[in-house]
Amino acid sequence: MLADKDRIFTNIYGWETAGLKDAKKRGDWDKTASLIKKGREWIIDEMKASGLRGRGGAGFPTGMKWSFMPDPEKSGKPHYLVINADESEPGTCKDRDILRHEPHKLLEGALLAGFAMGAHKAYIYIRGEFYNEGSSINKAIAEAYDAGLLGKNAAKSGWDFDVVLHRGAGAYICGEETALIESLEGNKGQPRNKPPFPAMAGLYSCPTTVNNVETIAVAPTILRRGGAWFAGLGKDEKNTGTKLFCISGHVNNPCNVEEEMGIPLKELIETHAGGVRGGWDNLLAVIPGGSSTPLLPKDICDNITMDFDTLRGAQSGLGTAAVIVMDKSTDIIYAIARLSHFYMHESCGQCTPCREGTGWIWRVMTRMVKGDATVEEIDMLMDVTKEIEGHTICAHGDASAWPVQGLIRHFRPVIERRIMEYRKNAA
Amino acid sequence: MRKPFDLNADYQPESFTFKSKKDVKDVLGRYPDYAKKSAVMPLLDLAQRQVAKEGAKADPVYGGWIPRAAMDEIARIIEQPPVKVYEVATFYSMYNLEPVGKYLVQVCTTTPCWLCGSSEVAKACEDELGIHWGETTKDGLFTLMEVECLGACVNAPMVQINDDYYEDLTPDLIVDVLRALRDGKNVPIGSQTGRRDSMAVTGPTTLTEQAKKSGVI
Repeated sequence: MLADKDRIFTNIYGWETAGLKDAKKRGDWDKTASLIKKGREWIIDEMKASGLRGRGGAGFPTGMKWSFMPDPEKSGKPHYLVINADESEPGTCKDRDILRHEPHKLLEGALLAGFAMGAHKAYIYIRGEFYNEGSSINKAIAEAYDAGLLGKNAAKSGWDFDVVLHRGAGAYICGEETALIESLEGNKGQPRNKPPFPAMAGLYSCPTTVNNVETIAVAPTILRRGGAWFAGLGKDEKNTGTKLFCISGHVNNPCNVEEEMGIPLKELIETHAGGVRGGWDNLLAVIPGGSSTPLLPKDICDNITMDFDTLRGAQSGLGTAAVIVMDKSTDIIYAIARLSHFYMHESCGQCTPCREGTGWIWRVMTRMVKGDATVEEIDMLMDVTKEIEGHTICAHGDASAWPVQGLIRHFRPVIERRIMEYRKNAA
Repeated sequence: MRKPFDLNADYQPESFTFKSKKDVKDVLGRYPDYAKKSAVMPLLDLAQRQVAKEGAKADPVYGGWIPRAAMDEIARIIEQPPVKVYEVATFYSMYNLEPVGKYLVQVCTTTPCWLCGSSEVAKACEDELGIHWGETTKDGLFTLMEVECLGACVNAPMVQINDDYYEDLTPDLIVDVLRALRDGKNVPIGSQTGRRDSMAVTGPTTLTEQAKKSGVI
């Protein structure tokens, strides 16, 4: 188990206030200027050394992402940092705790990241439903301006830096970085073709980096304690540091918790979430990283560790580290069918395979729940998900396909049995 | 995602003006001068909140929604054709384009909430209010909606009513919330079982020193 001294988010449950005074006591905004004085390259090198991978789901190395921004002295355009607080992946509620209880970690991280990429302005794009969390951020922003930590010569660093909150209005797709940029520009949130990547032409066609809330919020601690400290935690050199996990569903004590990257799934559930309802042997399956990641049946859950590469090896993913636990009482077909409904509802409608395919998947899945289908349709369903996957502008199509593929891969006999039973009853 | 709306319905008012010029100016000030269009979402939100304020005092009461006249006014402010505003307003699910009840009850039924009993919570809402998805009570107090994941999954099942989350629900607990709102009483937001945010209900499994210092254990 991760030692308390190595935890970054010490106020994740809101035991102290989110205010600046308490935040400073917890170590936020401590000598921020001295970190900035070490220079842009030092910050990016430390982030690279830390091995931090983006916490929004894709797991792209953060230091490398920051280094893609052009030289601010040569680009001739304003640079932007955009913070993705559009947390909407079913199962995920970790950024919410940072926004409401640790907002100063996010703001300090924004200044450091903004400086490293030559940005004088950051937009925090928060999902509209998080009204109170947005107000918490706005309060923290106002406090930071009053204390001289943001604005002209932010935190006496010599760098001018503004932060603005922008509220979304209920569209999962705006968590995709280019859809988010479109939305921020005042359009429908429909993803853009890449290239050009945002680092070349993002917000208002200017160099832009979009980072997840957790990615930005861990940066100050990494820079203060050193990339080597963060890299020393975790499973291996590609899966480092600490991570916020959300454990929901059929566990005795659902909770959010910061743990070491690569913690065994069983240990995570038993130590922090009070175990699976009815005991470990009552486990049916786990969705390990938010709704897009394919489920894992119990026999894989017995030994798997929670990190990017191990989970990818098991044909799933760490995603946002939102662990959805399902015990043996679960109608696993309905559980996935409900996700298919989610993806249908949230498709932006831009690409045909996704717009039409997500609805088609949901309709077939609805029949599968009842068993009103043929066994051949299971293969057809698998084929159609393969036709959607990889054939759309953004990963929404892929994300709608993966949970269904996981279901068929691991629970095909359950689907077949349902079909047989339906036929028997019909006859 | 697309929501139809009726431009010529009886309930559409003739005109709309923002009450607070200062609020509009504040919103515009957040974006570069050449990017006024970015203000469309905050202005739609501002309009919806202004209507909600008027609705709270009306008889019968109603909740926040965005009339066509407000969209046209926003188009004028951000110097865009009206269709650009309609396009945005119909894309996002949080903009109500027809009148709704004073309390917009949004029940999350996505898998993490469903696993924890959102179907029973939804049924309790329907029974208590006597309405189904998409309907509004006759007194104008409640509109009931089924929504997708609201991002409070470790506190499932949950319901959002206007700006606030009500978490760790059971059928009885959501009925208590709805009755209190109907009677104009204060209801605590967040967990309805007294649990501390996303901490395990049995107490913290980490950060014991901090927990002691803060008086949690």
